[in-house]
Amino acid sequence: MSHAPTGVMERPQPAPPAPKKSSLGSRSLPRLAPLGFAVVAVALGVGLSLAAGWESRIQWGMLSALFFLVISYVATTVVENQRQAKDRLATSVMWVCFLVAVVPLASLLWTTVVRGAERLDGYFLTHSMAGVLGFEESGGVYHALIGTLEQVGIATVISVPLGLLTAVYLVEYGKGSLAKAVTFFVDVMTGIPSIVAGLFILSIMLIANLEPSGLMGALALTILMIPVVVRSTEEMLKLVPNELREASLALGIPKWRTILKVVLPTAIGGITTGVMLAIARIAGETAPIILLVFGSQLINTNPFEGAQSSLPFYIYEQYKIGEVASYDRAWAAALVLIAFVMILNLVARGIARWKAPKTGR
Amino acid sequence: MAKRIDISGLTAYYGSHKAIEDISMTVEPRSVTAFIGPSGCGKSTFLRTLNRMHEVTPGGRVEGKVLLDDENLYASNVDPVTVRRTVGMVFQRPNPFPTMSIFDNVAAGLRLNGSYRKSELNDIVEKSLRGANLWNEVKDRLNKPGSGLSGGQQQRLCIARAIAVEPDVLLMDEPCSALDPISTLAIEDLIGELKERFTIVIVTHNMQQAARVSDRTAFFNLAAVGKPGRLIEIDETERIFSNPSVQATEDYISGRFG
Repeated sequence: MSHAPTGVMERPQPAPPAPKKSSLGSRSLPRLAPLGFAVVAVALGVGLSLAAGWESRIQWGMLSALFFLVISYVATTVVENQRQAKDRLATSVMWVCFLVAVVPLASLLWTTVVRGAERLDGYFLTHSMAGVLGFEESGGVYHALIGTLEQVGIATVISVPLGLLTAVYLVEYGKGSLAKAVTFFVDVMTGIPSIVAGLFILSIMLIANLEPSGLMGALALTILMIPVVVRSTEEMLKLVPNELREASLALGIPKWRTILKVVLPTAIGGITTGVMLAIARIAGETAPIILLVFGSQLINTNPFEGAQSSLPFYIYEQYKIGEVASYDRAWAAALVLIAFVMILNLVARGIARWKAPKTGR
Repeated sequence: MAKRIDISGLTAYYGSHKAIEDISMTVEPRSVTAFIGPSGCGKSTFLRTLNRMHEVTPGGRVEGKVLLDDENLYASNVDPVTVRRTVGMVFQRPNPFPTMSIFDNVAAGLRLNGSYRKSELNDIVEKSLRGANLWNEVKDRLNKPGSGLSGGQQQRLCIARAIAVEPDVLLMDEPCSALDPISTLAIEDLIGELKERFTIVIVTHNMQQAARVSDRTAFFNLAAVGKPGRLIEIDETERIFSNPSVQATEDYISGRFG
């Protein structure tokens, strides 16, 4: 390294850049500028709509969104540059899409909470509709709540072990045509409409001469739940690094214990979330319940015999009566159903956080 | 305890691809044998055939014989699970079980094999952690997760986990390649201590490391890309690094190819 190459050390300095003007910095809009654009766009949109005499709020919103996109693109092009303007346009489109997605959701939740809260109380949760006529103010959701809990419970008890074992087979053992066939049929099952699952069980019921009961509904729900459990569990198991399996096998731990004690615990958080989402999905199914559980106004705690009700069925039934009191009951039951699913989700998140692989010192 | 390994005519495949061909050598007990050679020459594959981990890979299969003190690992009546209890392994990247504490990681092999007495467990964990030179650093936080340790500590945790089941042979697949020089030094010192009790085989890309830690060195090479890897020569480490009998070895060690 004694002789340094002359070209590197003594290269003539390029002409010094123009003083003062930074080569890296450039003019930029303030950080809160998009908020300003939004305010201006909404003001313009609403103002023009009023001036044009438009009634629909949807039109107001669409016009405002359009203004927002145009204003942020043009303003950024003028102040900053073309590249930043494209970036801003993409960001703005994302925001508009986000709002379009969130507004109906928030509106739905708000309506349900406001209208459901009118009738939702201890009495509503602990009484059935026995002897209550449609237009009467009393009555409750207890029998439907029992029905939903039992039917969903039975469906979960059947489909979680089946789904877990199927996913373990597919990820850990399955190869060749059998695994491919299983994957294919799981995919097909994911797309089965709930009414078809209901009809399938109904045909069995007719052939075997069985009576409608909570169990029949639960079987139809099982058909809907298994593929969801398999799919989500499969994805979670695939996320477990192969190194952990190898580390365990290299300790002389048999494969089944490796799966049971290393692979499944590592994935348990995600698996729980998947199962809870599957439960949430089937808890809202109405069609198979109408076909197979028949619906009832009375409390029937035995899911293996006699008709039952369920929350989605109850909502449908009350809505169909068409009285003010029954509408209120339908909304309150909808709120109960949403709360049920929400609580399940919170529980799932809690378990996922509690069981997730630990970090930290 | 430490056992001799006699390998004869060993060929390993991935599906139809032949990864290593016709390898024969002897690994002496209570010594460190290092495998060196360019990437892709089958060192790791060969190492994994020594505790039947190769066949865990889809399509992996092996021909030939591996005798562990006169018992063929590939005899038809041998259970690979038993083999892996006798021949332990440490991997390139530290891989402690993320759901387990430091204590549980070390105890995992015994617990999940079901072959332990409760009263002994604490002693075995302490002994293994001391054996891996990790005890003093973790003794106050045995219940903390193993993944909270530094990379070098995690690798020593993995070594403790491997020696807790009291194997006869310890295979190490580039155990220091993900570590800094200080942690590497700690592991190399540890290897020096462990060879009193175990037969150790180590794969390394670092020739200084091979020269420092090993008693015997084997050089692997492959004729061309896509051709199977072969054993070129195995000899005392000192001889390999000063006066190897094959020209290719000298070229590789002196950096003239590879």
